[in-house]
Amino acid sequence: MKADPKAVLTGIHFMDGDHACCEGAIAAGCRFVAGYPITPSTEVVERFAQRIPTVGGVFIQMEDEIASSIAIQGAVWAGLKAMTVTSGPGLSLMMEHVGLAAMLETPCVFVDVQRGGPSTGLPTLPGQADMMQARWGSHGDYSIIALSPNSPQECFDLMIKAFNLAEIYRVPVFFMMDEVVGHMTERVVIPEASEIEVVERRYTTKKPGEYKPYECEDDTLVPPMVKAGDGYRFHITGLTHDERGYPAMNAQAQDKLVRRLKEKIERAKDKLVDICENGVDGADVVVVSYGITSRVAEAAVQMARAKGAKIGHIRLRIVWPFPEKRIGEIAGKVKAFVVPEMNMGQMVLEVERVSRGRSDVYCVPHAGGTVHEPEQIFEKIMEALK
Amino acid sequence: MSVPQQAITEIENPVMPFLRQERIPHIWCPGCGIGTTVNCFARALTESGLDLDKVAIVSGIGCTGRVAGYLRLDSFHTTHGRPIPFATGLKLANPELKVVVYSGDGDLFAIGGNHFIHAARRNIDMTVICVNNHTYGMTGGQVAPTTPIGATQTTMPYGNFEEPFNLPFLADACGAVYVARWTVYHVRQLARAMKEALLKKGFSFIEVLAPCPTLFLRRNRLGEGVDEVKYYKEKSVIKNGADTKEVALGYHSEIIVGKFVDRERPTWLEAMNSHFSKVLGDKFVPWGVQNGQD
Repeated sequence: MKADPKAVLTGIHFMDGDHACCEGAIAAGCRFVAGYPITPSTEVVERFAQRIPTVGGVFIQMEDEIASSIAIQGAVWAGLKAMTVTSGPGLSLMMEHVGLAAMLETPCVFVDVQRGGPSTGLPTLPGQADMMQARWGSHGDYSIIALSPNSPQECFDLMIKAFNLAEIYRVPVFFMMDEVVGHMTERVVIPEASEIEVVERRYTTKKPGEYKPYECEDDTLVPPMVKAGDGYRFHITGLTHDERGYPAMNAQAQDKLVRRLKEKIERAKDKLVDICENGVDGADVVVVSYGITSRVAEAAVQMARAKGAKIGHIRLRIVWPFPEKRIGEIAGKVKAFVVPEMNMGQMVLEVERVSRGRSDVYCVPHAGGTVHEPEQIFEKIMEALK
Repeated sequence: MSVPQQAITEIENPVMPFLRQERIPHIWCPGCGIGTTVNCFARALTESGLDLDKVAIVSGIGCTGRVAGYLRLDSFHTTHGRPIPFATGLKLANPELKVVVYSGDGDLFAIGGNHFIHAARRNIDMTVICVNNHTYGMTGGQVAPTTPIGATQTTMPYGNFEEPFNLPFLADACGAVYVARWTVYHVRQLARAMKEALLKKGFSFIEVLAPCPTLFLRRNRLGEGVDEVKYYKEKSVIKNGADTKEVALGYHSEIIVGKFVDRERPTWLEAMNSHFSKVLGDKFVPWGVQNGQD
């Protein structure tokens, strides 16, 4: 399927990341947004509120983030593509419905324009400290997908990917921006609608009466959907359920369901690798970065290379699931990984886990409020080389 | 029993086609009033003439929260307190649907109170049915925002001293276009009110008083379910059109029942469509409007 040409603003724009994110969502087919104002994400919903009446769809500003994060799921089960948009404190309020989306297998997108935390923290200044919350924030075991753009252009491009992945895997997909990427204005090229690949929802081909909401028909472990109003008279619940969608309060049903929720992403992990590498082969030290920090990290890598050091750089565009196979291959071949991030050390834990002591792992923490100085990362690279 | 067993089983219960029979027996206690409300709801659905393929039911968490799971409709058992915003998404995404929220007093008015007031204010086109048993049944009988002063609950072991909500007054003040209260004694009136609410465009609200014998009545030495229904019969006064300010419930005192509010107000979608048509003209792509009418 291609994007709807009536909805796509084809052309070259000078646009900030928040606006580009909104355009990406519209191009991807998002026709329902429920949101609540919160800095620095509000521009995404402001633009959607302005754009959607001329595209065909609904924006509603809900009473809080709890409501927003479940209203989008109602919209999805009525047949639309939907997202909500927030920042730190709002994301914390949404956690219950991240779990609901995982449990109901509601394809939807949560945009988090990260700011400094904890609590109200730094509303207008950047952070990257929600990375673990995105992965683990709701109670119970489940899987999600998370992407991290490092420019307004990627806010557009990866947003389309986020919606497509939500439909393919039926999981909540996190779009982990940050204040700098959200408010940075750069050139954004929006292609022709005919060049934008959009994944449509996979609906069942079975008849009412034969269809079971959580029966997998192939080895993807992702069941096809139905929507309200089509005569299926289906039931879904946030309780542990069987294939019929009916509550099943026992350990066997729990085991079967939770394992599948994990396994459907586990099984697709190799397809869910999206990283940009440069200079990794033959490197002594590899920098692993994501989001806005990757742009500072690249400057630090260039500084180190100018000193003659062999430095590789891996930028994660899909952060969850973590690209453990590739990082694992590199571990042991390089002396060390250096992981700068605008938090006190979150994704670095994944690098440590995957390298299993075969390479040293250095964290370059930053509490947020502004991006790293390239020198901070450069110095850590030089230390790692010793 | 004077009725032969065979005769009972041969009579088709008119409610059966509405139930997911494979899920029976249900979880409700003997003497609980929720099943009676479901019976009335099934009758209201039949009489409403609505296309049942286009009726969606949404529940929160709790004893009444289980209603969605027993009805053979598109049915959604969501999270505690949040059926209204889920239903809002359903309705706005597919305006063809008739959306019903069926949940308990704790779910809708404690944890979910904020959503209730805003959905009523916006006049989202949905019917909200609140089964009010004055307590949190599923978690073992804790104080609710509807527990009368003086009643004992596990978290008010010396008797409740908090003022409860007057639910019809709250719904009225927030802008609901239809507000009624009945008890499970008033099965005919309740079924009729449910039918009216289902056919009413806009945010309609029905409070149904129902006994919780296990966790409200027994704890307060008020007898069994049937004793509570006798109380409903003896102490209810029908006052259609009553000022909702005057219908607050006391502790086992008089109950004012009836249809209190029935008025017209544009729904959220109607307001959105007419406003955008006015300000955006031809650029506006109407949403959920069939043939430019409705």
